[in-house]
Amino acid sequence: MNRQAIIESVVQDQLKTDIPRMDIGDTVNVHCRIVEGDKERVQIFQGVLIARSGGGINETVTVRRLVDGAGVERCFPLHSPRVAKYEVVRRGDARRGKLYFLRDRVGKATRLRDRRRGLKHVAANKPGAKKKG
Amino acid sequence: MGVMLLGEKIGMTRFFTEDETNIPVTVVRAGPCYVTQVRTPDRDGYAAVQIGFDEIKPRRSTRPMIGHDFKAGAPPLRHHREFRVDEADLDQYEPGQVLTVEVFENHAYVDVAGVSKGKGFQGVMKRHNFAGLEASHGVERKHRSAGSIGGGGANLGTGPKLMKGRRMAGHMGAERVTVRSLDVIKIIPEQGLMLIKGPVPGPNRGLVEIRTPTRLYKSKGRKQAAALKG
Repeated sequence: MNRQAIIESVVQDQLKTDIPRMDIGDTVNVHCRIVEGDKERVQIFQGVLIARSGGGINETVTVRRLVDGAGVERCFPLHSPRVAKYEVVRRGDARRGKLYFLRDRVGKATRLRDRRRGLKHVAANKPGAKKKG
Repeated sequence: MGVMLLGEKIGMTRFFTEDETNIPVTVVRAGPCYVTQVRTPDRDGYAAVQIGFDEIKPRRSTRPMIGHDFKAGAPPLRHHREFRVDEADLDQYEPGQVLTVEVFENHAYVDVAGVSKGKGFQGVMKRHNFAGLEASHGVERKHRSAGSIGGGGANLGTGPKLMKGRRMAGHMGAERVTVRSLDVIKIIPEQGLMLIKGPVPGPNRGLVEIRTPTRLYKSKGRKQAAALKG
């Protein structure tokens, strides 16, 4: 077994299997588990998925949202046990892999188009929406 | 007294512990090591155990070494090292015995030694963490230099020469380094693997020696003492 395969086998059981398909530009809910003393609660961070980096257990997702007009980005290790769940709220159309240009935009310009074209895996968010050519 | 194993550094990854923290770990393939010779005070003047690691084809070895390993009932091995043991513990070891990673099962910490990655000829800023000179205020073409190395009087001793050991630019790395008191995160006996917290010296595929810690760092020593009591 080569070294890369050994490393992968070591972390295999730590990988999550229940991660939904999330693409760049999607709006996602990240359910963070927050432990305060012995109490635990779940906080939801909703925002646009602007970057994924790394692979395997090192993969991280960067989620950006606006809080009171100020941009907040959080970067989560995808397989972290502190994240209880990921949810896709809305599929967005992105033509590049990293949406860092959103940092320079405010207001309406930060919106991304809904993605509908030729994507069967996308659940219809708006029933009856017309398919674009 | 402790035990030592030879191992191969596989690489680094991350590990999520039970309390959900995310820690960097080095994966090391530790053992199996064959005991190739037992050194006794009667014959050798000291008590130690010689172990060998990494099976190789006979043509990769030499006749004398093949014979040496064969005498212990071991296949030809690439690396051989010794570790000292108490005389009283000598009878726990016999030639041909196989030491696996399970010997570290009761260890919370280990020391790891290896040959660090070579860095070539490096300046004083990288090699000795000097601060360099200023970026401006009239400094010209000397931003990364060491500055004064002292006058003759400053470290005169016997004559108008610098004392040995003055830190300067030069060859860095590719030397034996021991990192002490590293946490053992997990042991996987089926694959002979160990997960050790943090980096260990040397490149991936490099040979490392993993030992029982000779002396723990204070905070870890206290932690271990408390764990033993409780």
